Amino acid sequence: MIKDLYQEVILDHSKRPRNFRTLEEANRSAEGYNPLCGDRCKIFLKEAGGVIDRLAFQGSGCAISTASASLMTEVLKGKTIAEAEDLSEKFNDLLTKDQALPDGLGELTVFSSVRNYPVRVKCATLPWNTLRAALRGSGQVVSGE
Amino acid sequence: MPASGSFYLRTYMSAVTHLDVSAIRKDFPILAQEIHGKPLVYLDNAASSQKPKQVIDAITHFYLLDNANIHRGVHHLSERSTQAFEDARVKVQQFLNAADSREIIFVRGATEGINLVAQSYGRKHVGVGDEIIISALEHHSNIVPWQMLCEEKRAVLRVIPINDRGELELDAFERLLNPATTFVAVSHVSNALGTVNPVRELIELAHRRNVPVLIDGAQAVPHMKVDVRNLDCDFYVFSGHKMFGPTGIGVLYGKERFLEEMPPYQGGGEMIRTVTFDKTTYNSLPHKFEAGTPDIAGAIGLGAAIDYLDDVGMDVIAAHEHELLEYGIAALADIPRVRLIGTARQRASVLSFVLEGVHPHDVGTILDHEGVAVRTGHHCAQPVMDRFGIPATTRASLALYNTKEDIDALVAGIQKVQEVFSA
Repeated sequence: MIKDLYQEVILDHSKRPRNFRTLEEANRSAEGYNPLCGDRCKIFLKEAGGVIDRLAFQGSGCAISTASASLMTEVLKGKTIAEAEDLSEKFNDLLTKDQALPDGLGELTVFSSVRNYPVRVKCATLPWNTLRAALRGSGQVVSGE
Repeated sequence: MPASGSFYLRTYMSAVTHLDVSAIRKDFPILAQEIHGKPLVYLDNAASSQKPKQVIDAITHFYLLDNANIHRGVHHLSERSTQAFEDARVKVQQFLNAADSREIIFVRGATEGINLVAQSYGRKHVGVGDEIIISALEHHSNIVPWQMLCEEKRAVLRVIPINDRGELELDAFERLLNPATTFVAVSHVSNALGTVNPVRELIELAHRRNVPVLIDGAQAVPHMKVDVRNLDCDFYVFSGHKMFGPTGIGVLYGKERFLEEMPPYQGGGEMIRTVTFDKTTYNSLPHKFEAGTPDIAGAIGLGAAIDYLDDVGMDVIAAHEHELLEYGIAALADIPRVRLIGTARQRASVLSFVLEGVHPHDVGTILDHEGVAVRTGHHCAQPVMDRFGIPATTRASLALYNTKEDIDALVAGIQKVQEVFSA
């Protein structure tokens, strides 16, 4: 069912993305680009003492990538960098591994149907790949997969 | 067609018989299947067309009965496969109305044909400060090979602009032509918008300054009769797989006088006459440009595709597709929040559009769920997207086997997209 992919939460976040802005006080940022489909995602985050204090994003993309970025900025607020890395890995597993849903993903499980659409996996992972680049200070990330 | 004016054209057109689409569709076995429980509606022909069983049978026949390497064997199978391969070359010659089959070079596709001309003709004739003209409508395959050449030779790439309809600006082209202009490379039909370019006028203007012209015909040959001598183009390239032939085979047509003086593109077997460690002499046309064992089965399959198009008739195909395109344009114009991108007065096969508030990739996924196959993205024509200030479009592209029911399914699919996104 197509509604499994385009769940209400995803449609809501794609139409009214949260934290869709730049962040002047950001001390880490990165820009992600998917050359295959042209999606762009810029992540800004303010980190203090190993904790993500604020998170925002800008860019253009499809409903899946916009909703993924939007939900990510909500979920990660107040998390430690180690927790963010852990969630990022679990989110990746959710989308790519044919296994039981990983624990602790909370609302992010709305993306579980994306794994049934292999060409769309890269849409959902772009913001997270960009986040990892920001956390690791690599600045730019080009994501094709 | 004689140049006796519009009277002849009208009577000629009225004599065109109607295309029997249901008979045509039976020739394309792949179309008779369901995708996600819905009948397949294949509208991604500009990316690659489907193959009639006549083409599939020709390839199967070759591998079942005739397969051997060509040109060198003395045994019977080699003779048969050489004959079939060279017959295919003659079919291409007649298909394009080229003067001689030696002007037909088999390549992997339009992309390789363009690279061949850029690397062989281009590297010999383009120098520092020379200018090459392309257009704002080009596919990346007719941009990047020229950029690479310009970078190597410190030459300059010039671009013919397009207007808001997606049509080339001919007067701007005239202004771009100057004594430094060395080459012009333009598409016959735009893959992203379907614009049919006024290539005959472009060629005439370039020839007045003795500038040779390459036409990228990848999107033209499946839809219209192409006559290279009438166009007077110096080079013409196309791919087999977009005109109901197999992948991996394509054609470079070049006027003999250009091909004769051009250096080889790749070295190897077949392209030589004699080889010693001191010196190699090259084979005559067309073999000079066909190093290594070619895609023999592919060429034979392409020949079968040409036979197929000849049997149906390019005029009948063009008339059918034109009717479908008009129907599609009207149908899309009726859907709220749909905007067609590219509204050229001369168009073929392509309906490129954006849907307000929904990204083309989401449109493509939902249409696929309805069984409708379209292409979404920049269509390897990022400068075209930039010109219209959009990142991507949804593109439905037609072929001879498409029907009004296919367009209706596309329209219903778009309504489904709007339904999902209005939730």
